[in-house]
Amino acid sequence: MPVVQIEKAALCQCLNRKDFTDEEVDELCFEFGLELDEVTSEREMLAKEQGDAKAAQMGDQLSDAVIYKIEVPANRYDLLCVEGLSRALMVFQSLAQPPLYKAVQPAAGMQQMRVAPSTAQIRPYVVCAMLRNLSFTPASYKSFIDLQDKLHQTICRQRSLVAIGTHDFDTLTGPFLYEALPPSDIVFKPLNQTKEFSAVELMQLYSGESHLKAYLPIIRDSPVYPVIKDANGVVLSMPPIINGDHSKITLNTKNVFIEATATDAHKASVVLDTLVCAFSQYCSEQFTVQAVQVNYPDGRASIYPSLAYRQVDIQVDYLRKGVGRSDSQLTIDEICNRLTRMCLVAKATSDATVSVTVPPTRHDVLHPCDVLEDLAIAIGYNNLEMSLPPTLCTGKQQPLNSLTDKLRLEVAFAGFTECLTFALCSEKDISERLRLPLDSLPAVRIANPKTLEFQVARTSLLPGILKTVHSNRSLPLPLKLFEIQDVVYKSTDSSGSAVNSRQLAAVYYGKSSGFELIHGLMDRIMQVLGVPVDQYKLSATEVATYFTGRCANVLYKGSPVGTIGVLHPETLAQFDLTLPASAFVFDVEKFL
Amino acid sequence: MEDLRSNILAYIDKHETCSSTELCKEMNVEHQKIVGALNSILAFGEIISAQPEVTSRLELTDEGRQVADHGSHEAVLFASVPAGDGAPQSELMKSVPNAKIGFSKALANRWIRLDKSAQGGPRVYRQVESVSDRIRHCLQMVAALSLDSLTAEERAELKKRKLVQEGRVTVYRVAKGPAFTLTLAKEETELTAEMLATGVWQTLTFKAYNFKALGQQPDCGHLHPLLKVRAEFRQIFLEMGFQEMPTNRYVESSFWNFDALFQPQQHPARDAHDTFFLTEPAACRLDAEQADGYLARVKAVHSNGGYGSIGYNYDWKESEAQKNILRTHTTAVSARMLYQLAQQPQFQPTKYFSIDRVFRNESLDATHLAEFHQIEGLVADYNLNLCHLMGIIREFFHKLGIRRLRFKPAYNPYTEPSMEIFSYHEGLGKWVEIGNSGVFRPEMLLPMGLPESVSVIAWGLSLERPTMIKYGINNIRDLIGPKVDLKMVSVGPICRLDK
Repeated sequence: MPVVQIEKAALCQCLNRKDFTDEEVDELCFEFGLELDEVTSEREMLAKEQGDAKAAQMGDQLSDAVIYKIEVPANRYDLLCVEGLSRALMVFQSLAQPPLYKAVQPAAGMQQMRVAPSTAQIRPYVVCAMLRNLSFTPASYKSFIDLQDKLHQTICRQRSLVAIGTHDFDTLTGPFLYEALPPSDIVFKPLNQTKEFSAVELMQLYSGESHLKAYLPIIRDSPVYPVIKDANGVVLSMPPIINGDHSKITLNTKNVFIEATATDAHKASVVLDTLVCAFSQYCSEQFTVQAVQVNYPDGRASIYPSLAYRQVDIQVDYLRKGVGRSDSQLTIDEICNRLTRMCLVAKATSDATVSVTVPPTRHDVLHPCDVLEDLAIAIGYNNLEMSLPPTLCTGKQQPLNSLTDKLRLEVAFAGFTECLTFALCSEKDISERLRLPLDSLPAVRIANPKTLEFQVARTSLLPGILKTVHSNRSLPLPLKLFEIQDVVYKSTDSSGSAVNSRQLAAVYYGKSSGFELIHGLMDRIMQVLGVPVDQYKLSATEVATYFTGRCANVLYKGSPVGTIGVLHPETLAQFDLTLPASAFVFDVEKFL
Repeated sequence: MEDLRSNILAYIDKHETCSSTELCKEMNVEHQKIVGALNSILAFGEIISAQPEVTSRLELTDEGRQVADHGSHEAVLFASVPAGDGAPQSELMKSVPNAKIGFSKALANRWIRLDKSAQGGPRVYRQVESVSDRIRHCLQMVAALSLDSLTAEERAELKKRKLVQEGRVTVYRVAKGPAFTLTLAKEETELTAEMLATGVWQTLTFKAYNFKALGQQPDCGHLHPLLKVRAEFRQIFLEMGFQEMPTNRYVESSFWNFDALFQPQQHPARDAHDTFFLTEPAACRLDAEQADGYLARVKAVHSNGGYGSIGYNYDWKESEAQKNILRTHTTAVSARMLYQLAQQPQFQPTKYFSIDRVFRNESLDATHLAEFHQIEGLVADYNLNLCHLMGIIREFFHKLGIRRLRFKPAYNPYTEPSMEIFSYHEGLGKWVEIGNSGVFRPEMLLPMGLPESVSVIAWGLSLERPTMIKYGINNIRDLIGPKVDLKMVSVGPICRLDK
């Protein structure tokens, strides 16, 4: 979950509570669905990262002011900055009314952004907006940059879906052009550089830059790169990589031009709404944003930001039932009041319905169930009356799991100890180490393993048990181990799926091979499974995992259900084992 | 031993009291054996008393013991020199053990003489006819503890030659005890079949049993602790009337793991950073899901909404849903089960549970592995709400012995409302998260075909965390996998979660 840092003093001020204790903040966060992750300060954070000495050395440059690190839910983009978070808490605490955000079109006409057809090849959408007569403080300026970064990391999916560029409008001249050009045709001075580079040179320059190199693959192999220019050909940005230096915003910027390019138009609009809603509070005309018109090549024109308010009619009965309260326990007025505290302004439209207005900050609200959750939060989850569901059912086990548990007990009664090993392993574990050719195995292969230990799903329980023997070879001998778990096989049909198979494997490891003991355990299992003697027998075979002439198929009603034998000395060597061992493996599902 | 014990008892009977060294001399056996015999008599009860007195005394070194047995080095050398013709010095030095010391001592004692100018090199001759080996005699006296006859000079010389050293010895002062007797009854250690058959057990005395000693461990097998805890959780669900879901399916389609749960295709959980994708089999066919229009309904609810939802507004791709993965939660199976439930002609209220493995391609640390067990319970019935969810969770955790619970609003893509479950941890003195829960979203249930008035409430937790707390394990690798110490498996107590 994303984490937002907020100074305690700032939070106390906006919540009008000078004497807020950390415990009270923790409690408030908990009730609202946030998590107070850490109480720290600039100095403590640096000390944690770079050591106490470094933090002491910085002296007065670091603040000791208390900072709260607060985790916010992954779908609440509106809470990703101090501005949004504190406003939501103020409204929750009834200290403010939910703001009304407006997009206005200036009398002199809107700024225009023309989209060239070439962008369809790489990044087809752009949305824009302007924040007018705004005044930044160092804190709000930092928060503005931080929010863009957090949006890039979350909803924008590391800029692949949406990339934001913010500019000092007073350095630019509209109308603007969004186009896609061959990299060598894009030449400009990028942010914080002193000279001009071509896009080709920039990709080279940033390939060693830890912050930017992750974004390069989004456009690198495209024949054209996206670029936004003003009427004079000044490059605003080359999304999603870097902005131009010319139009960079500073603490003194008064008018901010925002563009967000995207491969997903809806998300771009959500990102733009989120950014302007949070920062329009610093404009001379609060909560008011200047609209920009985007002209697509097909003649379509769209006006952004959308800042749409959506009306949802919800049955009061649905809400009352959802929180388990009757008409008298939860009046319509109370429902409306509580929803308003969640920034969802609600009005009764009849005795049976409320009309809820979903603001442009709340793109997480998709369905009335999201409104229901907010109502429950506003009442307080822990104020709801618990009751048991009236659902009457009979408990029932899966037959396979029931059989498995009974077999586990029997094998343990017989003196064997249960292992629990991983379902994932290396290719080598199931092939080379068991002396079997890899291409003979129906193994499921993993596309993106971080280490060799997760290359395949196991096709045998033996490697896991033999590794367990290896780690425990200093214990008194003999070691008698077993495991009843699933292995996985690729399906043989064309379904493109895979199946689990429940297997029982047992290993005896000691001074002698102990084959008669492993054989005895198999006999015992057949006995407890109620298999008549004439339906079960061993029939000599050769499997490379086992020693020549010391391996048999376990036949049940004439068909093989497993193998048993003395392990091949080379199998033992593969697991670094120096004493002989016997083992069997069989398919439990055949006995259901 | 028995002879020695009766000899000692006879001696004490005659003398009333004596020391263990005295017995040593009298019986002509080593002190250690006397002490052994005394202890054995003491084990019969108060037949004798023995007071230990620690004294220091001379004892033989290894070299001293050798001299006491074979003679001093000088005597050995003297014996090696033939009377009359003598022998060449070089030969003696080679053939006689400790010849160098023996030669110089014998020379000093004037037992031998050296003719340096003899033909064929220096030659040694006897100077006396015979010698008396005083050193050996002294050492034999030390061994027999008859130190009184040793002069101070002799003691000093023996010490200087490192043939003796000061040692500490515990000497016992022995006297008759209140139950003194001359005959020791033999004590039996075991009750045998023969004793029962002959009835002789009635006349025998049995050796006192040492109850402080450990018993012998039974030779038995053991169950794995995590699976013992799993058995407890299964038991709790079964007691609460839940039916187990078939979760033996590690490989799952993205469709059932994500799409069916209304988890959008660009959700970060669907990244390669978090989820194991497969190369073989890379993708599956969704024929059955397509056949009755379910796939189309899922596509529609993601892209354009429906059922009262506005949806996610994106271009949903079937190819993305076909991608095979190792399931990231057992909720994929819950989705399949709910879909099956929706296919019945008449909806039946149901309670389901499962406990099985899930897989995450996350970074590994002391408490996180790439695979772990998820415990999941769900109830599908008409008109269930948050109060029912909290009620059943309270009932479930009460059965685990956890009583102080509270609920925090949370976000889950497929549940709304969602709640994290916290319990008060007495040891840590704070609230800790113990599980997650929620009401499944209508966008998940309605495309399956479940009636609109049916709600499904569900909660989940990991099996590893409560097990680690229960068995005091700090590193998950000590609990699961091939590095597990089987000793830990064998000594773990039975699992009673409410204790």
